[in-house]
This record gives sequence, structure tokens and C-alpha cells, in this order.
Amino acid sequence: MNRRDDYRRELRAYLTGLGLAVVLSVLAFGAVGLAEGVPGAISRSTVVWTIGLTAAVQVVVHFRYFLHIDLTRSKRDDLQLILFSALIVLLMVAGTLWILGDLRDRMMAVL
Amino acid sequence: MSGADLWHLLFGKLSADALPFYSAIAATAAGVVVCGALGAALLITWLGRWRYLWREWFTSLDHKKIGIMYVVLSLVMLARAVVEACMMRMQQAVAFDSAGFLPPDHFAQLFTTHGTIMIFFMAMPFLTGLINFVMPLQIGARDVSFPMMNSVSLGLTTAGAGLMMVSLVLGKFSTGGWSGYPPYTELGFNPGVGPDYWIWAVTLSSLGSTLTGINFAVTIYKRRAPGMTLFRMPLFCWTALCASILMIFAMPPLTVATALLACDRYLGMHFFTNSLGGNMMNFANLFWLFGHPEVYILILPPFGVWSEVIANFSAKYLYGYRSLVYATMAIAVLSFTVWVHHFFTMGQSADVNAAFGIATMLIGIPTGVKIYDWMLTLFRGRVRFTVPMLYALAFLLLFPLGGLTGILLANPAVDYQVHNTLFLVAHFHNMLIPGLLFGMLAGYHYWFPKAFGFRLDEVWGRIAFALWVAGFVLAFMPLYALGLMAMPRRTDAFFEAAYLPYTLVAAFGALLILAALVSLCVQVWVSVRRRRETEVFAGDPWNGRTLEWATSSPPPDYNFAVLPQVEGRDAFWLMKQDGRAYRTPDRYEDIEVPRNSAMGPVVGMAGAAAGFALVWHIGWLAIIGVLTMGGALIARSFVRHTTRTIAADEVRRIEARWRDAVAASPGVTRDDETTPANRGHAAMEVA
Ligand code: HEM
Ligand SMILES: [Cu+2]
Repeated sequence: MNRRDDYRRELRAYLTGLGLAVVLSVLAFGAVGLAEGVPGAISRSTVVWTIGLTAAVQVVVHFRYFLHIDLTRSKRDDLQLILFSALIVLLMVAGTLWILGDLRDRMMAVL
Repeated sequence: MSGADLWHLLFGKLSADALPFYSAIAATAAGVVVCGALGAALLITWLGRWRYLWREWFTSLDHKKIGIMYVVLSLVMLARAVVEACMMRMQQAVAFDSAGFLPPDHFAQLFTTHGTIMIFFMAMPFLTGLINFVMPLQIGARDVSFPMMNSVSLGLTTAGAGLMMVSLVLGKFSTGGWSGYPPYTELGFNPGVGPDYWIWAVTLSSLGSTLTGINFAVTIYKRRAPGMTLFRMPLFCWTALCASILMIFAMPPLTVATALLACDRYLGMHFFTNSLGGNMMNFANLFWLFGHPEVYILILPPFGVWSEVIANFSAKYLYGYRSLVYATMAIAVLSFTVWVHHFFTMGQSADVNAAFGIATMLIGIPTGVKIYDWMLTLFRGRVRFTVPMLYALAFLLLFPLGGLTGILLANPAVDYQVHNTLFLVAHFHNMLIPGLLFGMLAGYHYWFPKAFGFRLDEVWGRIAFALWVAGFVLAFMPLYALGLMAMPRRTDAFFEAAYLPYTLVAAFGALLILAALVSLCVQVWVSVRRRRETEVFAGDPWNGRTLEWATSSPPPDYNFAVLPQVEGRDAFWLMKQDGRAYRTPDRYEDIEVPRNSAMGPVVGMAGAAAGFALVWHIGWLAIIGVLTMGGALIARSFVRHTTRTIAADEVRRIEARWRDAVAASPGVTRDDETTPANRGHAAMEVA
């Protein structure tokens, strides 16, 4: 394989990534815009879910196309570290929300 | 502009009131610091060693020297923290029905500085120093991945330690405990400079630790010698890896917590106040998001030391290597799921407490696995009772006791009874002294010959060991009883006669610990004087199994002339078995090592200046400090010659000298390991 092919493959990957990123962003913003612009068109929870899901896919797209993380063996260390980071951040954020939410509820109950 | 305004502009809140003349004890402490610093400076000047120190040590990017400097820093801070601990124990021994010799405010400063120093400026630098020195050698690397960042981390940590020392002379330290909970540390309750000292000292050191964590993790992932797969790494490297990953994820919550507290105190914000939307409970949450993983950062590297020491002094492969690795990983992950056990009593519902209580108890399982693995490594080994091994045995007996009381505390219902009593203080010292401190001391004894080329005196080592163990038992076992009798922690005086016998015993134990520390100093003195008898330049005094022993003591700047080819676990042991050790390579090559850099000391000093300026609200100095740090980083990126080359001929000369020494040293058997016959060349014995 020559350098030109390499270059074209890289370029295609970046462009695919860019395209997907734009589409996902438009979907999220579009959902909000629709809910704002046309009252009653879609429910609030649909908007929230749309944003959440597109954000999650967006993360994957960035890792896959921009940071070149995939399932090949040579990328395994990186992938493991990313998954581990995700796990720890999830534990911290979810735990914090749970604990402080619980505390708030209990204080409100007293008031 | 009036004179007062000018003064304020130049010196901020500093004034003559900051000097510690309000109390004889505080003035003495300040005097010791000032005289100690001046004395050290004068001594260096008199010996004409400034240049040498600057060139060979402070600006060095060699991981071995940085490691040694970390350990020196931690020993100095250990001395201060132990003296403070003794003062607290003396106070509680005499303060029955009386005020004792320490006013409450001073007592509160003591437990705050003692705790802060022990964790951030004794334990962290000690383990960072050991990892720095040992880990690259064990994985067969020539340095860490980011040598300059390593030096910057040391600079930041030293800056924090410097702030702690300055706080003895100028102003009063925080009285808020090592955890610094608001609202007590907020401006409303604590308008003085104490909490600010705490904030900036801790922030500097936590930044240093974050960088260190990144550095170590990358080094272990990227710099292993050919053939050194992850599962061939010595266990110390595994624990270093897991501890580094914990540092990367656990230090940021602390930095966030102290930064937000600083925003409250300096900028009038309300993150942790009780009004205007603040929530002080989030500080506890953030602090322990860091705090619990932190205690595993503290305990994992000692676990690594135990693994090395026990395997080495039993002359056996570590029993259950894989189970030890998986246990280490399990502990690392679980340590992020338990932080609520530090504030079970804060008021969250029983569901939350139950979940975190159960998670806490789970950690006992992998830790138990480790204890059994170590015991089985001893089983039928060729066990030698050297000083590190003695510490290991004391650890195996004492540490599970602390673990057991930890399991008790993990039960929220029990914790409601004994939280905030001395039972807790006994528990965590029972983990930290036999676990962490003994581990660090074992590592210090074990690797000292590698670092300096001669062994430490065995007799004084044993004396110090006996004093540490006896002192620990006497100082802390009574605290379990006191805790069950409901004596609160952080108390400066009490009125309950039943406590007195126990506090007296504990005070005696603390004195033994002080004596242990003195013995360690004597040991260094004696060992240095007798260094000719215990010289081990050949490099392998303990019949080592891992790669750090495959080079001279002290190792050359480049560690390994040729990167070792690793064929299996316990790589050096295998080399010796197959006769591949000490083999002269076919040819030598030029070796690049990092060139010295003043970045570390410059960033450190600028950081210390900025921290000091922030504490005292000296605007111009704070700006200069921060700008210097940033400017130095930018300036450094223009430096193009960051390495220096050691020519192949030079390498050949250095290596020949070492090989000659190995050939000239008689192979020593394990029976003669601690005698002058040990010249660092181990005879292979049939086990
Ligand atoms: C060497 C012998 C030691 C002695 C005699 C000692 C003694 C003490 C005493 C008397 C207290 C105050 C207890 C109270 O609240 O009433 C204390 C607190 C504490 N110690 Fe130690 N200690 C020692 C070693 C260590 C070590 C090695 C560490 C950690 C690596 C450590 C960490 C702490 C911490 C974190 C606190 C809590 C400070 C606070 O309440 O905020 N200590 N120690
Ligand atoms: Cu904990």
C-alpha cells in the first residue's frame, strides 16, 4: 500500500467522523429546537433521551474516527484505559448524585 | 497612600503578630525550624557543597536521584510529624482534670499538621520516592517516560512541604483536621491564615501527585524492557501501576475540593457555606472521593514491597502471583466504591449506608487473598530474618488486626457507635503504621544497598524494628479500649478517670516510637561510618530475583548498558540460573540520558512563593509566582538539547569496572548474607 492510499483512507475516516459528528449534533440541537419552536411536537423526555443518546454515540464517534481507538489488538491498552476511566467517572458521578440527592430529599422532608 | 496601605500592598496580612511569641512551645518550634534551616544552609556553605547539590541533585532528572530526594524529604517530615504525635500523646497523658500544657487551639493545630504531614508529606513522598527509584529498574528501563515532569512533581511536593514548615514560623496552621471540613474551615469560623496554609500546601502536593501518577502509569505501559510483558512484571510494579492509576483519578477530586474552598474563602463564593445555596456536605463527599482511594494509594505500594521482600528472603517465586495481581486490581477498582464509610453519620438514608458498607466489607476479600499468598510464599522457603523480613512478619501479624477492626467499622450500625472516637484513630493507625510505614521502612532497608552501594547496619536496624513494633502496640492498642469507652478523638483534655491508665500507656508507646526514630538516625550514622565493611558495589547483596539487582550498586546513570532481554517472571533469577547474568555484551552503544534542568526547582520555588503569597494576600508575589511557573514551562519548550549522550567507550569503561568488581567478589551464601563477606555477589545455592 502506498502513501497516497494511506492518505486517502485517513481522509475518508476523518470525513466520515466529521459527517457523523455533525449529524449527531444537528439531531440533538434539532430536538431542542423542535420542542421550543413547535409546542407539543415532542415531549420533554424524548428531548432529554435524544440528547443523551446522541451524546453517547458522539463520544464513540470521536474515539473511533479522531482518536483512532478500535478493537484491534494494538489498541487494546488504550481501549482498556478508556473503559476504565469511564467506569471510574461513572462511579464518582453516579455515587455523588445518589448521595447528595438522598441527603437533599431527607432535608426537604424535615422542612 | 498611608503607611498602612503601603505595608498591606507589600506584605499583605503579614505583621509582627504572625510571629509565634504568644507561646513558649510555638516559639521553640519556630526556633527549631529557623535554626535547622539556617544550620543546614551554613553547613552546606561551609562544606562548599551548593554547586554540587545544585548540579548533582536538585536539577538532576535521573529517576534514581529524584527518588532518593523524595525519600529524604519524607524522612524529614516524618521526624516532625512523630514529634507532634508525641506531644499530643503527652498532652493526653497529663490533661486529666487539668488543662495540660497545650491550649486547645494548639492541640488542634497539632493533629491537623500531624495528619496532613503524615499523609501528604511523609507517606506520599516516601512511596513516590521508592517507586521512582525502583520501578524503572525493575522493568528494565533507563528512566521514567517524562523525566522533567518528574522533577517538577518533586518541586511541587517540596513546595507544599516548605509551606508546612513556614507555617510553624509565620502565623498559625489550620485547626480543621487533616480533612479540613467546612463550614469550620470557612471564613466565618476561621478568618485566620490557617486554612489557607492547609489549602495551598495540600493543593501543591496534590498537583505533584497527579503528575507523578501520570508519569508512572505511562512509564509502566510504555517503557518495559523487551520481553517484559505485563504479567512478567514484579509485583511491586503492578502495585505501582494500580497506585498510579488511583492517583490519576483520585487526586483531582481533592484539587477540586480545595480549589472550591479557596473560592469560598478568597472570592466570597458559597460552595460549602451553609447559606446562599452552598452545601458543606459536598465537601465531605468530594474529599472522601479522594480520601478513600488515597488510603489505597498509600497501601498498595507497601503491598508491593511485601511481595518483593517476602519472595526474596524466602528464595521462592511469589506464591499465587496472578491472584496477587488480580487482587491488586480488584482493590483498586473497589476503592472507588466505598467512600461513604467515612461519613456514615452525615445523615443519608440507611440504603446508601448499607450499599457502601457492603462494598467496604468486600475489600477484605482480595486483601485476605494477599495475606494468604504471602504466608504461602514463606512456607518451606529459605527464610532469612533480615530487617525487611522482620518488618514483613510484624506486618503479617499486626495488619490483619487493623483490617478486622476495619470490617467492624464498615458496618454502619457499629460505626454510629464508635465514629469520632479513638477506636477509629486506633484502626487507621493500625493500618498505616504496620501496613504503610513498616512497608516503607522495609523497602528502605531492602533497597538502600542498591541506592548507595553499602548495606545498613543490621544491629541498629533490629533495635529500631523492636522499638517500632513495641511502640506501636503500646501506643495504639490502648486506643481501641479508649474508643470503646467513648473517648472522643481530637480531645485535648478529659475528666474521666478510667481513661487515664490507657492514655499513660499510649504516651509511653509514643516515646518508644520516638526512640525508634532516633535509632534509625543512629543506624544511618553507624552504617555510613562502617560503609567499607558493607560495601556491595557488585550489586546483588540479597540474591535478588528482579532486574534492579542486575546492575551495579549504585546503578550507573543509564541503569542498563544493554536493555535486558526478559524471558520470564523473576527475570534476574532466571538469568542467574541459565548463566546469562553478568554476560558481557558483544558491543556497546552510545546512550542518551536526560540532561539536567532547573525546571523542577524553579517551578517548586515559584509554587512555594505563590502559595505563601496567597496565604498572606500578597498580590504581587502571587502574580509573580504563577507567572514564573507558566513562563518556565513555556521557556522549557524552546530548549532543544534535552538529552546528553554517554559515549559507548565511557559505557564500556563503567561496565568493565563493575564486571571486574563482580568477578573479584566471592559468591556469598545466604548464611553469610549479613556479614562483611557479602560483597554483593550472590552464590547460587541449591535450595
Ligand atoms: C508514628 C507514630 C504515630 C503516632 C504516635 C501518632 C499519633 C497520633 C495522634 C495522637 C493523633 C491524634 C488522635 C486524636 O485525634 O486524638 C493522630 C492523628 C492522626 N494520625 Fe497519627 N500517629 C502516628 C503515625 C501516623 C502515621 C504513620 C500516619 C499516616 C501515614 C498518621 C496519620 C494520622 C492522621 C491522618 C490523623 C488524624 C488527624 C486528624 O484528626 O485530622 N499517623 N496520630
Ligand atoms: Cu476509606
